Amino acid sequence: MSKKLKDASTIKEEILKQYPPKVARKRSNAIVVNDPAIDQEILSNVRTIPGIITQRGCSYAGCKGVVLGPTRDIINITHGPIGCGFYSWLTRRNQTKPETEDSENYMPYCFSTDMQDDNIVFGGEKKLKAAIREAYDLFHPKGIAIFSTCPVGLIGDDVHAVARDMKEELGDCNVFGFSCEGYKGVSQSAGHHIANNQIFKHVVGRDNTVKEGKFKINLLGEYNIGGDGFVIDELFAKCGITVISTFSGNSTLGAFERSHTADLNLVMCHRSINYMAEMMETKYGIPWMKINFIGAKETAKSLRKIAQYFEDKELIETVEKVIAEEIQAVEETIKEIRPRTENKLAMIFVGGSRAHHYQGLFSELGMKTVSAGYEFGHRDDYEGRKVIPDIKVDADSRNIEELDVEKDPELYKERKSAADLKKLSDKGFEIADYIGMMPDMEKDTLVIDDISQYETEKLIEYYKPDVFCAGIKEKYAVQKMGIPLKQLHSYDYGGPYAGFKGAVNFYKDIDMMVNTSIWGLIKAPWEKEKQPEISANFVSGAV
Amino acid sequence: MNKTEKKHEVTQNACKLCTPLGACLALKGIKGAITLLHGSQGCSTYIRRYMISHFREPIDIASSNFSEDTAIFGGNSNLKTALTNIIKQYNPEVIGIPTTCLSETIGDDVNMIIKEYISENEDENLPEFITVSTPSYKGTHIDGFHETVRSVVSAVSGHPGEKSVNNSRINIFPGMVSAEDIRHLKEIISDFGLDYIMLPDYSETLDGQLWTDYKNIPEGGTSIDKIREMDSSAASVEFGKSLDGTESASRILSERSAVNTFNTGLPIGINETDKFMNILSEISGRGIPEKYLSERGRLIDAYADAHKYIFGVKAALYGEEDLVIGLASFLSEIGIIPVLCASGGNSGRFSEILFKAVPDLSPDETSVYSDADFSDIEEQIKFLKPDLIIGNSKGYSISRSTDIPLIRTGFPIHDRIGGQRILHLGYRGAQQLFDKAVNSVIEKRQDSSPVGYSYM
Repeated sequence: MSKKLKDASTIKEEILKQYPPKVARKRSNAIVVNDPAIDQEILSNVRTIPGIITQRGCSYAGCKGVVLGPTRDIINITHGPIGCGFYSWLTRRNQTKPETEDSENYMPYCFSTDMQDDNIVFGGEKKLKAAIREAYDLFHPKGIAIFSTCPVGLIGDDVHAVARDMKEELGDCNVFGFSCEGYKGVSQSAGHHIANNQIFKHVVGRDNTVKEGKFKINLLGEYNIGGDGFVIDELFAKCGITVISTFSGNSTLGAFERSHTADLNLVMCHRSINYMAEMMETKYGIPWMKINFIGAKETAKSLRKIAQYFEDKELIETVEKVIAEEIQAVEETIKEIRPRTENKLAMIFVGGSRAHHYQGLFSELGMKTVSAGYEFGHRDDYEGRKVIPDIKVDADSRNIEELDVEKDPELYKERKSAADLKKLSDKGFEIADYIGMMPDMEKDTLVIDDISQYETEKLIEYYKPDVFCAGIKEKYAVQKMGIPLKQLHSYDYGGPYAGFKGAVNFYKDIDMMVNTSIWGLIKAPWEKEKQPEISANFVSGAV
Repeated sequence: MNKTEKKHEVTQNACKLCTPLGACLALKGIKGAITLLHGSQGCSTYIRRYMISHFREPIDIASSNFSEDTAIFGGNSNLKTALTNIIKQYNPEVIGIPTTCLSETIGDDVNMIIKEYISENEDENLPEFITVSTPSYKGTHIDGFHETVRSVVSAVSGHPGEKSVNNSRINIFPGMVSAEDIRHLKEIISDFGLDYIMLPDYSETLDGQLWTDYKNIPEGGTSIDKIREMDSSAASVEFGKSLDGTESASRILSERSAVNTFNTGLPIGINETDKFMNILSEISGRGIPEKYLSERGRLIDAYADAHKYIFGVKAALYGEEDLVIGLASFLSEIGIIPVLCASGGNSGRFSEILFKAVPDLSPDETSVYSDADFSDIEEQIKFLKPDLIIGNSKGYSISRSTDIPLIRTGFPIHDRIGGQRILHLGYRGAQQLFDKAVNSVIEKRQDSSPVGYSYM
């Protein structure tokens, strides 16, 4: 029997009640009591109000940390004072597998120009050039990327000019810069866009070597955290699908350069990489399709979609064989664990796609996602791409460059006719489309964008969920309230969670979390008569 | 090989964190305080993320959330909005406002903005505001830490009027030590019959218990009212030789209110702990409590027992200058040679202070490296071939590639549990460090022996 959900509008009102009118109005539009049957608008990708403690990071984090971080053979130099480089040093747990022991892998390194006050006063270009030269002399990398931190734009250092000069000077090294100063945009999302643009402009399409393979794809928006990408790669290999490049888990500069030779782009994390998919479609004619390898059902569905896209009988059969093989362990684990997890409640507040993707895993365990939201998603991630024409472009988004992309006269090649693509679309294949999270969530669940610490506490108090999913910043505050928190950025140093193998790992980890006996120890035996009540009398208001 | 100066432009794998992080850490040691970083939101997110990975506790750090137009037109209105929102959400006793490279680069005058804010809200019951200038392009996290302690004292001390000196109370500035270290210091001072005002004291705020009632600001820390009373304490005890002679918090108290200062090294190992005990003895007029004499006795007994394992063993150290000096002093008294003393900081006096503080060291045997990054440290380790590496988690990859055991000390420790509970200070801390160091050496010998000895 399924637990009846508590009324979401009550808690929404209660949260808003404590805000002053201006904040309440704004937050009211960012908190939606979901009804998948109708179109509902959610306020998202807008600035966080100063003084409200947010989960969000900055543009630099999205650019250097998320998108470029997982590429092993580019030397990433942070141009700025030491903090930003240090804090983004291997913190995202992206894994990589160099071809041989001697192959390049710069991911364990953190390079920074470590700007000092004289660089701020007199400019840092000279130091940056010297740093690039030094890094080049030390490692002779194929590529060097420069990431700008807050002061760089303000003091007028032109990282793009430096990149051009150094590329010319070094000759055999591709040098490119990113203007991803932390104050740009409203979250790390701006940094994703900036990263997509520069990789597209400076890297993609530089090598026309076509890799052997019948079904050639790129996997976009998969960052190989905890080895997720390895699991997916293994599935592709079993099915006979050739990965030209992943953006950007376990990737190399060379793979990016050849990525335009693929015949299909698969988009995993829509938010961080949809720009790349669109630009590649326009310039090279590669169609893209939204897929999801989180959850056993979604993984099977995604593999089937790929097989049908290529319309190859043998591939369709192989995929079915692989699914049948892999699903066994999944079913056995579910059978064992589900009686202990059935009807438990989960909440997920992460990312720009994960909050959606992980709901499938929970439902496989019989758990219900009662509330979810993104940290840096846009309206299309919530409501689907159909709302894109209606999204108002504000000053913060206007500051992020939109590249003017045209059909490449030589390299453009139609992979599938518009009519064929439409046929697939009509079958619900999400061709160049993403339906978003809200249509996939049940009626009366609560969708909250850019949740604050205060709202988190209110939600927990109201729903008393069995597990809360967010990141390390939220983990210990939530656990202080007696609710286990599963980190979905770093996976609590576990994983992989993708594909069938990953699903099994996830089920086990969640079982362990929601059924641990630790929370029963909080009250000492002599205190046990009194039942613990968590009360959050937290906020009296904000402007 | 005795390098003290960095020769390269690119910092590879830094051995330092940024100044605002040190400020955020120090501010966690003030009761009812919340921190607001004046800059872009990434700074507070990154710093929260980093501190939490070590302490495994909730850490709220607000931001004035600069956007592109704020960066151009100034952070005045963002800062004021942030202050109002924090006051309403947290009702804090103190708001600490460190700057960042962004607000410093555009030249925001935070003190003036705060003055304006106070006059615009004079009818409100406002918290105490502490501003700290911490541009991350100047110094390292330890400088941000000390600067914050100094700023707090400077903001609230030296109030006018007659004061009667409290002869049984001391001020204690422990520096950047662990939560367990702070708890132990409190115990020691109390055992001398002394009262204390500790700044900072994050022993509870950053190593707390589970809650049954949600707390928007964790309990613990030293109240601003107590800090105000620092100028009537009998003396200030300040750890860290690198602070001696600088414009430190204790110097401010001594200049403004004639509070006698005892600057001493971090009490790591017997010699430095003896000095600290003697200081407490002198201030309190009491002998060293029996409890510590026994701890000291047991420690020396352990030194004798284990001498054969570690005499002549070589160690490489890195971390904040004062921590490295303390550890070097401890190691040299147990017969381990600190062949490398490296710090990402650069006070300009590291080498001088080290050799003065630990006279047993000789420049022939000990390389001192200021402003070092981990590529420098790795190069030195490969050249010097020590038996042990002692420092924070960031040395793990060197330890792994060289197969030299790493003993984790200091901050950050994010690949082991309990970084906040490592005890470095006092005889008891020395005992724990000693056992750990000896056992690391023994373990390595045992594991690499083909015999498989079961007695070592």
